[in-house]
Amino acid sequence: MIAIAYAWPAIGVFVVATLLILGGAVGVLIYKNPVHAALSLILCLFGVALAFLAQQADFLAAVEIIVYAGAIVVLFLFVIMFLGVDRTEALEGEPLVGQRTFAAIAVTLVVAGVVFLMASSHWVTGVPSVSTGGTPLSAGAGNVRQIGTSLYTTYLIAFEVTAALLIISVVGAVNLARKERPRVGESAQ
Amino acid sequence: MNVPAAWYLVLAALLFGIGAFGFLTRRSAIIMFMCIELMLNAVNLTFVTFARSLSDIGGQISVFFVMVVAAAEVTVGLGIVVAIFRRRASTSVDELTEMKG
Repeated sequence: MIAIAYAWPAIGVFVVATLLILGGAVGVLIYKNPVHAALSLILCLFGVALAFLAQQADFLAAVEIIVYAGAIVVLFLFVIMFLGVDRTEALEGEPLVGQRTFAAIAVTLVVAGVVFLMASSHWVTGVPSVSTGGTPLSAGAGNVRQIGTSLYTTYLIAFEVTAALLIISVVGAVNLARKERPRVGESAQ
Repeated sequence: MNVPAAWYLVLAALLFGIGAFGFLTRRSAIIMFMCIELMLNAVNLTFVTFARSLSDIGGQISVFFVMVVAAAEVTVGLGIVVAIFRRRASTSVDELTEMKG
């Protein structure tokens, strides 16, 4: 009954995105080999990018693929192969008794609670933004224009701070991963 | 006409649940980081859905900043994993018991 009110292409896109997202996420959960889990993560991220595309977030869909699938997962794979931990992790046996059971119960309660709260409060409440005059967000090039305008005016300070954050994290990562060498003048221990 | 926002919100909640379950049960630090990414993406999907429903570009800006923070977090986190692996030759979080009281 709901299906008739909405266009079939939109439903098809949603179904494909759901399959990609949930399939990829379950893959991360069950694959023992970290490399397979990372590839499964890429599948999930493509599903998220598809869901972004279907909701007028074109720029974010592109960034999702470039940054997440292109950079972050490659970083994961790089570390996995650098460390040589692509052997399988034993999934059997729990160091804490009943860890999985308690985790499953807790997660089920949280998800069910969130969905129940949203369902009992009409899912989305609030007034449409006045910045766009109540018109729907534009797609395509208009989306990039809207994001760029907002980013370089309203959120300019936050944008500048992310630059500092990225520099700090890069320096920190290099410092952490560097091999410690005895300094000149100190005796090697 | 797009599908209702509720569908995407439920999908995001399920994705968050899978990520949280993986984070609580897997023992490899690298896989735990992947599960954190899953949870972050679930929240991103929620932001984009709300942005669409309320015609507010602010939701998409939030996703942009979440992505930046996620990239920084993964960089530092994997640096820590590499540093730990140098000492312990393992990425299992169960073996990090030095601070046990």
